[in-house]
Amino acid sequence: MTMKRLWISFALVATACSGGGPGDRSAPAAATLTGRPGPATPTLDKVRGRGFVRCGVSTGIAGFSTPDAQGHWRGIDVDVCRAIAAAVLGDAEKVRYTPLTAAQRFTALQSGEVDVLSRNTTVTFQRDIQLGIEFPAVNWYDGTGFIVRKASNVRSVKDLNGATICIQPGTTTETDVADYFRRARLTFTPVVIERLEEVTNAYFAGRCDAFGQDRSALAAVRARAPNPADHVVLSEVISKAPLGPGVMPDDPRWIEIVRWSVYALINAEELGLSSKTIDRALDSDDPDVRRFVGKADGFGTMLDLDDQWAFRIVKQVGNYAESIERNITPLGIERGVNRLWKDGGVLYVPALR
Amino acid sequence: MSQSCAPRVRIGPRVSWRGARAKAIGWQLAVLAVAMALVATVAVQTAINLRARGIASGFDFLSRPAGFEIARGLFSFSSRESYARALLVGLLNTVRVSFLGIAIASVLGLSIGIARLSGIWIVSTVSRAYVELVRNTPLLLQLLFWYTLSQGLPAPSDALNPLPGVYLCFRGLFLPAPIWHDGFPWIGVEAPTLAGFGFQGGISISPEFAALLVGLSTYTAAFIGETVRGGILAVGRGQIEAAAALGLSRPHALRFVVLPQALRVIIPPSTSQYLNLFKNSSLSVAIGYPDLMSITNTTLNQTGQAIEAIALAMAVYLTVSLAVSAAMNLYNRATLRRGGGA
Repeated sequence: MTMKRLWISFALVATACSGGGPGDRSAPAAATLTGRPGPATPTLDKVRGRGFVRCGVSTGIAGFSTPDAQGHWRGIDVDVCRAIAAAVLGDAEKVRYTPLTAAQRFTALQSGEVDVLSRNTTVTFQRDIQLGIEFPAVNWYDGTGFIVRKASNVRSVKDLNGATICIQPGTTTETDVADYFRRARLTFTPVVIERLEEVTNAYFAGRCDAFGQDRSALAAVRARAPNPADHVVLSEVISKAPLGPGVMPDDPRWIEIVRWSVYALINAEELGLSSKTIDRALDSDDPDVRRFVGKADGFGTMLDLDDQWAFRIVKQVGNYAESIERNITPLGIERGVNRLWKDGGVLYVPALR
Repeated sequence: MSQSCAPRVRIGPRVSWRGARAKAIGWQLAVLAVAMALVATVAVQTAINLRARGIASGFDFLSRPAGFEIARGLFSFSSRESYARALLVGLLNTVRVSFLGIAIASVLGLSIGIARLSGIWIVSTVSRAYVELVRNTPLLLQLLFWYTLSQGLPAPSDALNPLPGVYLCFRGLFLPAPIWHDGFPWIGVEAPTLAGFGFQGGISISPEFAALLVGLSTYTAAFIGETVRGGILAVGRGQIEAAAALGLSRPHALRFVVLPQALRVIIPPSTSQYLNLFKNSSLSVAIGYPDLMSITNTTLNQTGQAIEAIALAMAVYLTVSLAVSAAMNLYNRATLRRGGGA
C-alpha cells in the first residue's frame, strides 16, 4: 500500500514534467485569444475528450461506495459520480472508478489520477487549507461514534474509560477520539490497523472493547457481525463529520459543476421530481421545475453544459431520496439529520434560480 | 640506457591508454552530470508542482502537536506532543522489536542449522520441515496467522494463570513488575489485577508486539538456519575428523573447531537477514503494532505531506540499516582476524 502511495507521489512529479494534470494553466490564454466568454474549463474539456469521468471511491464501504455482486459500484458517493457523468457526458454509466484507501485518496486527487474524489471524506479546515482541496458540497452529515458489545455493559462513551479502542488510520477518527477522551479526562488504548476488514475482525475477536468510526460505517460493521444483536452502536456522536466530494481548487467551473450536480440531486427531492416523474415534469408550469428541466432561463449553458443536464441527473440517477432509499435504508441506517430542512433535517441547498 | 629506451618503445600504447582513460573519465563525468541534472529537474519540478497545487511542503509539521494517541508500550506518548516525538516513539518501537527479533532469530537459527545436520533422523526431519514451511509462505500471512492465533486465547476474565501473577489472555501477556519502596525491603512486586476492561498494573506485552516478534524471529530463523547449515558444511571434513582424532567430543568439536571456522561463512549472509528482519518489521501496520512505518502512515495522513513523511522514513530506515551493516562488518573483520591467528 505504501508502495502505491509512493508511486502516486512520483506520478505527481511525472505529470508536471509532461505539463498535464489539473495544474495545467495554459488554457486561460487560449480562451482569451479565441475570445470565448467565461472561464476556461480544462477538466471539463479533458473529461469530454476522454469520454468518461475518473472518480475516486472507497475500497468498499457499504451504502457509500462498494461493488455489488455483479461488480457494479453502488452507493450514495457513487451516485454523485454518476450524477456528474450524466450532467457532463449525458450518460451516468460513463464513470471509471478508482478504489482508494483513506491514506491514498488525497494524493490521488492532487496528482490528477482522479477528476473528483467521492469517498466519504470529512471536510476539515486542514484538508481545505493545508492540503488545498476544494469541497464543493456536502452529501452526508455524519459523526464519529462507537460500536460496543452489549455484554460489556457500556451504555455511554463515558463508560469507556480505560478501554481499548480499535481505529483505522488515515481517518479523522484518530484525532476525534483522542480529542474527546482528553476533553473528558478519560484514557484509552488505541489499536490502529490499516485495513477495514482486519480492524473489524480484531474488534469482533475481542481485541478491542469498542470500535470507533463514522456512525454510518458502524451500521455496516454491525451488520457483518456473526450475531448483530450482540453489538450496539452507542447513541452519542463525539464529533461533526460532514462528508462530501473533493476536487482540485484550480478549475472553478469544474468545482461549480460538481457542486450543482449534488445540489440538483437534493433540489430534485425538494421539488418532488424523481426518476419516475421527471418525464411528466417537462410539461410543468411551475417556474422552478421549468428551470430545473431546462425549459427556461438556459442555466445549463451558463455552466458550460447543455440545458438538459439536471433533467438527465434525475432521469438516470434519481433524486437524493431515491439514492438514500437504494443505498442507505437497506443497511438499517437512519436518515437522521440528512433529511430536507422542510422535514426537520439540515439539508438546505441553494435553489436553481 | 637500453632500459630508458624500453619505456620510449611503449610510448605509443601508453598515450592511447591515457586517451582511453581520459575518454572513460569524460564519459563518467557526462553520465554523472546528466544524472544530477535529472535529479535536480525532478526536485525543482516537484517543488513547483506542490506550490502550484497549493500543497504545503517542508518539515514544519514535525514540531506541531500530533493530536493522536499511541498505544502505551515502553515509551509513553500523549496526543499533545509533537509529530517528531511520535515518530521517535515509532522508531524506538521498531528498534525494540527488531533488536529482540534479531537475538531470538540468531539463537533459533543456530539451533535449526545444527539440528538440520543432526544424525538423529527425527531432529533433522522436523527442522527441515520447519525451514521449508516457514521459508515458503509469505511473512505477511504468517504475521496475520500469529495475530489471529493470539486472538484465540481466553478472555481476560478467564485468563490463563500458569504462574502466580502471570496472566495470558487475548489482550496480551501480563507479568508482575518490580516496584521500588522508600522503606525496607525497598523492592516489592506489583502483580497485575483484573479491573475495568482488563488487567491493570504490572508489565504488559501486547498481542500485536508478541505476534510481530514471534512472526519476525521464526521467519528469519529459517533463513539463518540455512546459512548456518551452509557454513558448517563449508568446513572441511578433515577438520572434523582431526577433531575426532584428537579425542574431542562432538559438542566440543562443534564449539571449538567447526563453528569458529563456519562463522566466517555465516556472518556476511546473516547481516542481510538481520537487515531483512529490521525492514520487514514495517509489515506491522497490518496487525496494528505502532512501529515507525505505522506512525509515518498516520503522520502522512494527518498532515498530507506524503513526500516529506516517506522521505523521512526512508532516511531513518537507511541510517539504521547502514549502522547495523557497519557493526556487523566490524564483527566480521574481528572474526576473520581471530580465525587468521588460530
